[in-house]
Amino acid sequence: MKVNLKIWRQASREAQGGLKDYHLDDVTEDMSFLEMLDVLNEQLIEQDEEPVEFEHDCREGICGSCGLMINGLPHGPERTTTCQLHMRTFKDGETITIEPWRAAAFPVVKDLVVDRSAFDAMIQAGGYVSVNTGAAPDAHAMPVRKEHADRAFDTATCIGCGACVAACPNASASLFLGAKITHLGELPQGQAERHERVIGMVAAHDEAGFGGCTNIGECASACPKEIPLDVISQLNKDLRTALRHV
Amino acid sequence: MTQNTQNLSPGETSPGTGDAADYFRHGHPIADTKAPDVPIERQWTQRKFDAQLVAPANRRKLDVIIVGTGLAGGAAAATLGEAGFNVKSFCYQDSPRRAHSIAAQGGINAAKNYKEDGDSVYRLFYDTVKGGDYRSRESNVYRLAEVSANIIDQCVAQGVPFAREYGGLLDNRSFGGVQVQRTFYARGQTGQQLLIGAYQALERQVAAGTVETFTKHEMLELITVEGKARGIIARDLVTGEIETHLADVVVLASGGYGNVFYLSTNAMGCNVTASWRAHRKGAYMANPCYTQIHPTCIPVSGSYQSKLTLMSESLRNDGRIWVPKNAEDADKDPRDIPEDERDYYLERIYPSFGNLVPRDIASRAAKYQCDAGKGVGKTGLGVYLDFASAIERLGREAVEAKYGNLFDMYERITGENPYEVPMRIYPAVHYVMGGLWVDYDLHSNLEGLFVAGEANFSDHGANRLGASALMQGLADGYFVLPNTIRHYLADGPFEKLDENHPAVVEARESVRARIDKFLSINGKRTVDSYHKELGQIMWDYCGMERSEEGLNKAISAIRDLRQDFWRNVKVLGAADTLNQSLEKAGRVADFLELGELMCIDALNRSESCGGHFRAESQTEEGEALRHDDDYAYVAAWEFTGDGEQPVLHMEDLEYHNIEMKNRSYK
Ligand SMILES: Cc1cc2nc3c(=O)[nH]c(=O)nc-3n(C[C@H](O)[C@H](O)[C@H](O)COP(=O)(O)OP(=O)(O)OC[C@H]3O[C@@H](n4cnc5c(N)ncnc54)[C@H](O)[C@@H]3O)c2cc1C
Ligand code: SF4
Ligand code: FES
Repeated sequence: MKVNLKIWRQASREAQGGLKDYHLDDVTEDMSFLEMLDVLNEQLIEQDEEPVEFEHDCREGICGSCGLMINGLPHGPERTTTCQLHMRTFKDGETITIEPWRAAAFPVVKDLVVDRSAFDAMIQAGGYVSVNTGAAPDAHAMPVRKEHADRAFDTATCIGCGACVAACPNASASLFLGAKITHLGELPQGQAERHERVIGMVAAHDEAGFGGCTNIGECASACPKEIPLDVISQLNKDLRTALRHV
Repeated sequence: MTQNTQNLSPGETSPGTGDAADYFRHGHPIADTKAPDVPIERQWTQRKFDAQLVAPANRRKLDVIIVGTGLAGGAAAATLGEAGFNVKSFCYQDSPRRAHSIAAQGGINAAKNYKEDGDSVYRLFYDTVKGGDYRSRESNVYRLAEVSANIIDQCVAQGVPFAREYGGLLDNRSFGGVQVQRTFYARGQTGQQLLIGAYQALERQVAAGTVETFTKHEMLELITVEGKARGIIARDLVTGEIETHLADVVVLASGGYGNVFYLSTNAMGCNVTASWRAHRKGAYMANPCYTQIHPTCIPVSGSYQSKLTLMSESLRNDGRIWVPKNAEDADKDPRDIPEDERDYYLERIYPSFGNLVPRDIASRAAKYQCDAGKGVGKTGLGVYLDFASAIERLGREAVEAKYGNLFDMYERITGENPYEVPMRIYPAVHYVMGGLWVDYDLHSNLEGLFVAGEANFSDHGANRLGASALMQGLADGYFVLPNTIRHYLADGPFEKLDENHPAVVEARESVRARIDKFLSINGKRTVDSYHKELGQIMWDYCGMERSEEGLNKAISAIRDLRQDFWRNVKVLGAADTLNQSLEKAGRVADFLELGELMCIDALNRSESCGGHFRAESQTEEGEALRHDDDYAYVAAWEFTGDGEQPVLHMEDLEYHNIEMKNRSYK
């Protein structure tokens, strides 16, 4: 099949960016979206044009590296990661617009690559259980109800891709934050630092320049790991309780 | 020879009597001297006791560099940071959380015996040595089994959400090749959950100021001064700046090099550069040819394909593997091929294990069917994994409950519905058991250079059982290195190094020169095209089955390709910006050297063992034939210069606790 591509090119953080047109003839439907970009890049290099920079690593939907706005939607029209999106989703002759995540807290590094280090900064602010290596009790010393374990697991599957931020009109990272708060909040191990955790992480969130949540819900519909929207209620609840306690 | 290895006179180990005589020279034999001379159950306790201590106040004066933030590197950085050392942690991704360990699916083994089904440290040790086809080091494997239980405790305390039963206790499952349930798991995302645990522990230390992370930084050279590793040269992948980082000790936890095959289940960025640069500076590369091939991957669909996706091995519990009996039927719709025209070849050849034979055997059997023209799918490189009889027996719902997510993943990638049409699978490169040589302390033969996780060679032998790589990564990072590095650092801080020291300048300048070279060749071929060609050579001749003739061919083909690469590669763009083609060029250049060494190693090892099958060494029934008399050794290769023959150092493998037996799965 043939596709027309409009791709955001931006030489550096400071440079002006803009959409550029490309055309590909030999796309097959079994190609993943990133393989389609690989093919484009090989073609560009052959024509002495610098390839389009985009992030990717596992290509299995788990590392969270990849992430593009495809026709205005984070990771494209299907509920999956960009690396797991395949060209059979698109029509022959279709025009596809490809842009980087857009959020003040995620500055563009080059072309489609953005800087997501603000996510690490939020984890540094309390997204962990403080336990030194070697000091742990036997794993069976602390049973966990299956429902709690399952909910902890469901929310722990966030891959840190940033689609939630890209989808949100306020560029809020509340879904990412809520996922971590809920994961550790569901487990007995996470209780000791529960209050400090939420206060610290929310402060780091605001500090990084993410916007506030106004309950629009675009984040949860864009999330490839189906993190449920109610983790944001949990986040707000934890924050309210914590503020009363400190 | 450094103090880590013992000088033995030549002839004390068995001879390396392979077919590669023209390609290498023999060096002195080596041995591990760090495992204390006490019964194996007491070795680790004794070693920890013997290790020197560093007073808390002195720890922050000691600088540790750790390359890699996967399970091995992430865990080590967090733990050494907690202890109070001054740690610098490097990874090429934009966050430590994205290291390749994140992709591991199945689970992690531990000898907890929570199921009371007869598991023990000894049994885990035994299974692992046997699984490795008696080509791993007993002392290291025993320790791995010993600390495995602590790993689970540690991870649970961090909040890793392992699967639980209704009573609130942890659940286990069993995994390929063993008869006990010792695998802990978090659905199909165990690696992700374990890595997030280590990553969070690491970020906690970043906040505490003991660890500094350098993301999007690639180590491009090792700095050695007077035979000691003292730092690295790294490139900031965003600004292109070439940075010098000095330290008292360097740890490589940079993962495996399976990507030398281009197509593999590894993440795209996996590479050998960190290890290879160290190898060129004197670190021995051990058993480079040991590659694990995984039997259940989604087959290649076309030449544009960039990577292969693993389908969990658990599918073989219920799926039946077959090909058409007649090669002419290979293009037919499988549903139109009647039962008596199908060949369920694993069930036929291995009646007692059937579809559950170990990975290397299942992989080879699939290859033979395809070589015989019976392969299915567009490319002819595929066999059916059929769930029709499982659906009939258990009902669609039960199958969906068990394997639903895998079926969805398959459908997403292939566009075919596996509930209706049998899946197609084919073997793919998955893991490498070779890596830098280390002793019991995980100390390489280069003083001050430690190696952990998939990057070292030590624990798996010629084959690896499922769920044991995650165990090794975390054992190395959380429990082994913190003790052995402490011992090494007790003699530090070492003399302060100046950035203008000639050895440091030389390392920095060589990196600059290499980058300039890539950008100035201005040839006609893309980096990827070289990588693909190399991968094809490796797969054809150094993959599932190897022969003397093929390996000789491969060595000369790789030499030609490497020459052409340095004359004709085309890398656009500049050095002082994000430039992924430039990053790839460096990695492929190193793969082009590693590939040759892998072939030489494979050529010299003219026996079949584990995942390594030499056509010339098989039983009458076509099964792998080991030669313990000649090859029960670790092949540790020394680099001696460009265009110079590598030198082979042999470490004899001695089995005092386990008797060497033949593996049979008939
Ligand atoms: C699809 C898949 C499924 C698997 N499933 C299982 C399983 O179920 N159970 C199991 O036990 N094992 C499994 N494995 C194997 C296991 O995941 C790996 O062997 C293990 O995670 C390797 O961990 P590591 O810490 O050694 O390296 P990695 O996790 O590969 O980390 C390497 C690190 O080094 C960094 N790095 C590399 N080179 C450089 C450089 N030059 N400069 C700077 N940084 C660098 C990277 O950025 C990264 O941080 C699986 C593997 C795959 C591919
Ligand atoms: S919450 Fe979902 S969309 Fe947001 S970072 Fe996590 S996985 Fe990505
Ligand atoms: S490349 Fe890892 S999630 Fe897409």
